[in-house]
Amino acid sequence: MAVEDLKTHFFTKLGVVKAVNGVSFSVDKGEVVGLVGESGSGKSVTGFSIMGLVDPPGRVVSGRILFKGEDLVQAGERRMRSLRGRRIAMIFQDPMMTLNPVLRIDTQMMEAVKAHADVSTQSARERAREALVRVGIPSPDERLKAYPHQFSGGMRQRVAIATALLHKPDLIVADEPTTALDVTIQGQILYEVQKLCRETGMSLIWITHDLSVVAGLADRICVMYAGVIVETGATSDVLDRSMHPYTKGLIESVPSRNRRGQPLAQIPGMTPSLLNLPPGCSFHPRCPRADEVCLAEPAIAEPAGTGHSVRCFYPHLEQG
Amino acid sequence: MSVFIIRRLLQSIVVIWVMSLLVFGGVYLIGDPIDMLINPEADQEDIEAAIRALGLDKPIHEQYWYFLANALKGDLGKSFIFSEPALQLILARAPATMELAIVASLMSIMLGIPLGMWAGLKPDSIAGKSIMTGSILGFSLPSFWVGILFIMLFAVMLGVLPAGGRGPTTEFLGLQVSFLSAKGLSHILLPAVNLALFKLSLVIRLSRAGTQEVIHQDYIKFARAKGLSERRIILVHVLKNILIPVVTVIGLEFGSVIAFAVVTETVFAWPGMGKLIIESIDQLDRPVIVAYLMIIVFMFIVINLLVDILYSILDPRVRLQDIRA
Amino acid sequence: MSVAMNEGSAPGAAAVRDETPLRRFISDFCESKIAIAGVLGVLLIAIIAIFAPWLSPTNPYDLATVDIMDSRLSPGKQMMSGVTAFLGTDGMGRDMLSAMFYGLRISLGVGVASGFVALCIGVCVGLAAAYFGGRVDMLIMRVVDLQLSFPAILIALILLATLGKGVDKIVIALIVVQWAYFARTVRATAMVERHKEYIEAATCLALSHRRIVFRHLLPNCLPPLIVVGTVQVASAIALEATLSFLGIGLPVTEPSLGLLISNGFEYMLSGKYWISIYPGLALLFTIVSINLVGDRLRDVLNPRLQR
Ligand SMILES: Nc1ncnc2c1ncn2[C@@H]1O[C@H](COP(=O)(O)OP(=O)(O)O)[C@@H](O)[C@H]1O
Ligand SMILES: [Mg+2]
Repeated sequence: MAVEDLKTHFFTKLGVVKAVNGVSFSVDKGEVVGLVGESGSGKSVTGFSIMGLVDPPGRVVSGRILFKGEDLVQAGERRMRSLRGRRIAMIFQDPMMTLNPVLRIDTQMMEAVKAHADVSTQSARERAREALVRVGIPSPDERLKAYPHQFSGGMRQRVAIATALLHKPDLIVADEPTTALDVTIQGQILYEVQKLCRETGMSLIWITHDLSVVAGLADRICVMYAGVIVETGATSDVLDRSMHPYTKGLIESVPSRNRRGQPLAQIPGMTPSLLNLPPGCSFHPRCPRADEVCLAEPAIAEPAGTGHSVRCFYPHLEQG
Repeated sequence: MSVFIIRRLLQSIVVIWVMSLLVFGGVYLIGDPIDMLINPEADQEDIEAAIRALGLDKPIHEQYWYFLANALKGDLGKSFIFSEPALQLILARAPATMELAIVASLMSIMLGIPLGMWAGLKPDSIAGKSIMTGSILGFSLPSFWVGILFIMLFAVMLGVLPAGGRGPTTEFLGLQVSFLSAKGLSHILLPAVNLALFKLSLVIRLSRAGTQEVIHQDYIKFARAKGLSERRIILVHVLKNILIPVVTVIGLEFGSVIAFAVVTETVFAWPGMGKLIIESIDQLDRPVIVAYLMIIVFMFIVINLLVDILYSILDPRVRLQDIRA
Repeated sequence: MSVAMNEGSAPGAAAVRDETPLRRFISDFCESKIAIAGVLGVLLIAIIAIFAPWLSPTNPYDLATVDIMDSRLSPGKQMMSGVTAFLGTDGMGRDMLSAMFYGLRISLGVGVASGFVALCIGVCVGLAAAYFGGRVDMLIMRVVDLQLSFPAILIALILLATLGKGVDKIVIALIVVQWAYFARTVRATAMVERHKEYIEAATCLALSHRRIVFRHLLPNCLPPLIVVGTVQVASAIALEATLSFLGIGLPVTEPSLGLLISNGFEYMLSGKYWISIYPGLALLFTIVSINLVGDRLRDVLNPRLQR
């Protein structure tokens, strides 16, 4: 799966919101890619673009999304519908909101089975049951007959994951699936998703604003800022040898044990309005290294062919 | 749950009691009960006998007890015009009104929900805008006037439907109903549509607002992400969500549909309770008026109570104050 | 909770000179063409209602000029007196156009008068509920809620059945029907205002109850009141027409539009549509115009939608 120079804009009354403004990255088979960035940086919109679920007034304006050689941007609604939930699945942020409150769990899971497989009600129920077992839900038969409000948040997210897994998709887009959960539940879910990925060999795009979540999960990390990916590389490279000043700022602002007592660093300034982005590198008004060169669009630099690339005129290269 | 039901029950009893005080006050204090309740054409002896029977020679609080005791026994006086017990007279007309009100409520739901959902799904389309403009107009149009237009158009100009009356009835579950025969249906059609229009705007607005709220929810996006067809999303995921509040509101409004049937029945000469009360007011048949008021208020309260209880059973996440606002 | 009191004067607005709240309101209001049409409609109605005796071609209630020979003339025919009845004549030989002008006068008069009195009562009761709170509030709101749970037509029916016919009776009935809407609106707004700092400041300054309520609370309740008031006048006119049509509203000596429609209804089946239809159109025009203005007022005055 590869995203090439994707641009998704929202044509609102106030102007064009360039939520995703030239994003490129790829995900190999069985790979876990973490898409990291502060909220409002366009991560969810990237995920929805892949699913073909951008709400109006939004629209993919250019770029390609190649899935097994097929460009999803060009695919028709019919084709997208047959891929959604079957080859590509998505899990959402708030488990309280992703299940329809007035439909029973079995209805919601069985309709997902039947959307892509011509099977009897009986075997649809059986597959839903198996999926619940796979994500570690006890007494699945009872649970199937329940309504969402009878579940806890963590349980609902498991149901959502089970639903996404029903057709053993090739790719799952997980949009901050643990952000709304308690830390302990978050850990359990992370562990199980990792296990499931390994077992089934599916690819995973894990969207989060929390670096520490992807640190132990992702093979590679893409750091997103104001609709653009500013740094990509293997997880250890990005975390230990970050090159972009924004990534550095992010890492320094994560509280950690070995810097106890020192004041937490923070990135000065605010996220720019996507309606009217600063010229050149969008990060320059907040960047300690910026000068007038940064008023031009920075190109992607990939020092020494490490697969670790950065979009910056003055990357941190010295440590190494 | 049962605490809720008991509390609602007590509330209803209090309201009925307050109503009895008001009606009593209206009849006995504002007007002269002797004029109000005793046929002015009766001779002196009869009048005195009636005064004693009604306890009108007693002090006021005792009179109230008489009134209350009689009402509880179902004795709400005798009609001057028909010389029949008022209660019986009204109950004989009740099925016609009920049939009209039920058919009208069903019509408003079956027409209003699809129209409202359409307007909610395609708010900027010409159809969506026309539906909303139509429903604003529906709020403005006095319903008796629409009824008159219907008669002019369908009965006078086109001559396809009868201008009034109930037509022949058929027996159904022990009741006489119109909607089972073609002729009866042609009679009920115009009045029912007329009465339905009264609530149609409300249903359209509720369904539209509900649809617009629901389609932006994450669970609809998740349903799309599962690869469901648009048809299933709208007919199952959206519809089921707006159905509960809409049906509840229509249930709550059923009492007011019955009250409003007064107008429709008068326009279309539909032989129900509403037409009876207007005739009774015209002919100063006061026992019937008092009985009608007591019955309709009672019905109103019972309907509200039933809907509240039903709703709290249907949807465990009750938000009654939301839907009533 | 901090409250932004001066939302209206955001930086952008500074560029526009002389932007008083009234001007801003008028320019916001006029953005909708259909609302302007509504205002023109309301003005037209008001002028006709006020000047009906001077505008009508004939005086339909002057028995000396009304001729029974003229009855049920179709639109455009000439009456015995030589005047052309553009909209025809009714069953008693009165010119429909003149009858409608007078009818409009009565309908609008009843609607506005009852709306105004109901507003005054509702405002006092609602302010009292909000200002005193506690038991007073609970009692008042119980009554309001109870009343609002019954449809207006039923309450009017109860009252008119016990009171009888008459202009005064129907005005009373309409007031009783409407006051609760005003009381609820005022109370809801005043409850919000009451907890804001400036009221607490006024209380600290030991200003009198009356001064705080009428000088400070009331002005803030005006925008929603104007909206509800407009809508209520329209619905009072509609309700009066309905009751008069049913024959339990105004007496025949005071023929409002509803009564004119009712009078024409009996001729309808014989195809003499104009006696009923034209007053109906006038009623419709009146109600729709007022509602268009009310709808726009709601949009413009609603603080949640304000930019
Ligand atoms: N429906 C929409 N209309 C207008 N703008 C939108 C819409 N959805 C998202 N956006 C804009 O896109 C930007 C990126 O949003 P999102 O992808 O949700 O950020 P995040 O990285 O937190 O997931 C936001 O700044 C938001 O303003
Ligand atoms: Mg997001």
